Amino acid sequence: MNSEWFTDFWRYRELLYFLAWRDVKVRYKQAALGVSWAVIQPLLTMVIFTLFFGRLAHVPSEGIPYPLFSFCALVPWTYFSTTLTQAGNSLVGNSSLITKVYFPRALLPAATVLSGLVDFVMGAVFLAIMMVYYHVKPGWSFFLVPLFLGGMIVLAFSVSMILAAMNVRYRDVKYALPFLVQIWLFVTPIIYPIAFLTPKMKRFLALNPMAGFLEGFRSSLFNTGHMDWRLVGTSTIITIFLLIIGATYFRKTERTFADIV
Amino acid sequence: MSQAITVEKVSKKFVLGALQRDTMLRERLISVLSAPFRRGSASPNVLWALRDVSFRVNTGEVVGIIGRNGAGKSTLLKVLSKITYPTSGEVHVSGRVASLLEVGTGFHEELTGRENIYLNGSILGMKHGEVAAKLDSMVEFAGVAQFLDTPIKRYSTGMRLRLGFAVAAHLDPDLLIVDEVLAVGDAGFQRKCLNAMDGLRSGGRTVLFVSHNMAAVENLCSRCIWIDAGRVVKDGAPREVIEAYMNTFANARDGMADLTSAKDRRGSGEIRYTGVEYLSTSGDPLQVVRSGDSMVIRFHYHANSPIAYPSFGFRLYTEFGTLVTDTSTWHHAIDIPLVPPGDGYIDLQIDYLNLLPAHYYFSLWITGAASPVHDNIEHCAQLEVALANVYSSGRMLDSRSGIVFFPQRWKVYEPVMAGASGKTEET
Repeated sequence: MNSEWFTDFWRYRELLYFLAWRDVKVRYKQAALGVSWAVIQPLLTMVIFTLFFGRLAHVPSEGIPYPLFSFCALVPWTYFSTTLTQAGNSLVGNSSLITKVYFPRALLPAATVLSGLVDFVMGAVFLAIMMVYYHVKPGWSFFLVPLFLGGMIVLAFSVSMILAAMNVRYRDVKYALPFLVQIWLFVTPIIYPIAFLTPKMKRFLALNPMAGFLEGFRSSLFNTGHMDWRLVGTSTIITIFLLIIGATYFRKTERTFADIV
Repeated sequence: MSQAITVEKVSKKFVLGALQRDTMLRERLISVLSAPFRRGSASPNVLWALRDVSFRVNTGEVVGIIGRNGAGKSTLLKVLSKITYPTSGEVHVSGRVASLLEVGTGFHEELTGRENIYLNGSILGMKHGEVAAKLDSMVEFAGVAQFLDTPIKRYSTGMRLRLGFAVAAHLDPDLLIVDEVLAVGDAGFQRKCLNAMDGLRSGGRTVLFVSHNMAAVENLCSRCIWIDAGRVVKDGAPREVIEAYMNTFANARDGMADLTSAKDRRGSGEIRYTGVEYLSTSGDPLQVVRSGDSMVIRFHYHANSPIAYPSFGFRLYTEFGTLVTDTSTWHHAIDIPLVPPGDGYIDLQIDYLNLLPAHYYFSLWITGAASPVHDNIEHCAQLEVALANVYSSGRMLDSRSGIVFFPQRWKVYEPVMAGASGKTEET
């Protein structure tokens, strides 16, 4: 029974690809600016952050130009937050599929997690251009970047499963979602470096797995030299824990999706 | 012979009230918090869509599932397709299953025909390579070659339907589950669907399909299961099962259809149809209704209270579900200021019944002045039109000639002769 859930998921991997492909196609066909949206959103946020936090509040940025410092975190953050918002609605938005065909339901949030990566790549390309502009060279630790990205993908999928399944059952989840994402933004070291915080606040922040991954992502990209492995380890453990909770909750509720969606 | 489907004591419960009550997370949180202070709770409204259903289907059987709307047919198909899960009981299905509960599931408006073929194929369980190999054949089947790279939001309903069915027809499942796909589309499309299903049957595949098209069930199926109120009522040879099922409809054999216990009824109930009677123009009950007859259809009703300005009307359908006509007192601008409480009837006089022989079904309705629906019964009374010599030619017409015929005459002219006067053949 347990393994059937996973083998089924594997057997339908081609559908996962098609659902993600559909999401990407539709998103870029409908938007007038197409691909550029993926860059504009974090770019504008970066400009605002630079003005308010960098210039006015003088938030420290570990020797990296503040625009680059915040944009580097905003690209993965935009991926993460957009994925949560869209995956949260992935089951309800595809109710016509759920009530008419069988396929592993977890493919729907998974496809959103996957399709968001296209936007992430666009943002990453722009990030590279910015690094060239500011003459910031990535160090050897650059090779750790995929690891942190992987952590974020798994985390996004775990939380998406919980939110998507809850949204089927409780229709006010979609109203709570933007709020959740907004709070999450402030408890993640995007605007500020984690070193900015007091040790007490840091311990509290470590409960947010996004903190470890983002801080790791930024540290390894700019090779700032003080990678907080304890924080990364905590984030990894919490993510695995969330993955288990997400998958368990999803499996428990998915049998009723077609009846109540 | 191997078993394709085993259904063992399957029941499916829907809790109607509870779903609406707890749909909000904040309400749920409040109800959890306040639970210790609450005593008892209103019993939820339970609907058993399936009750203790058991049957087996062997590989290669073609099984038709019939029954009224809301009898549980679709729920059964969904349980077999793993879309929904039974509350109790077990289901085993072996082999590759394709379920077609809708044509064109997952079509996206913004995507082109070609993209939708791949998407839909993948949703129905086809591999990418398989779709690629069958693409040309699908496009030809659908007849949309020149629109293949146009977004389907520009497609007509018919084109979409054909495209969806083209993909479905190229599935190669061990078991095909089909829900009333035939109810949509024109006659040509329906024929295509039936041919495709016939192809599967001759290929030794197992087919399970729900239909209201009794002729199709009888022609295609080797077996028929009749479901009512979530239970299997009868399971056996199609002809026998269909006959038993049709007999439960208010029938015209005694010239009067009783509607007092009709199911599938909507409306306020202030005024209800109680029966339909087929009479000759002189007022005698008709034993047989023939094409070309003149007749009176008498609709009996019962009003609980005085009803101001009601409209009486009906829709007539073929057994294939095609709407033949929709007519009412409103269409004729007949004002009925008041219907007093009690029993009464209203007559529809037909001077010349130009329906070809077949089974027809009435859906009846009564609406009020501000057009609330007082009564609405789908598919309630049957009108059986018998074979008749309508053109006085001695050549009998039956349902293969269509649904209606017109009073008509042919004119045939002598060939070649210039200025030849017409020789008229009148009927």
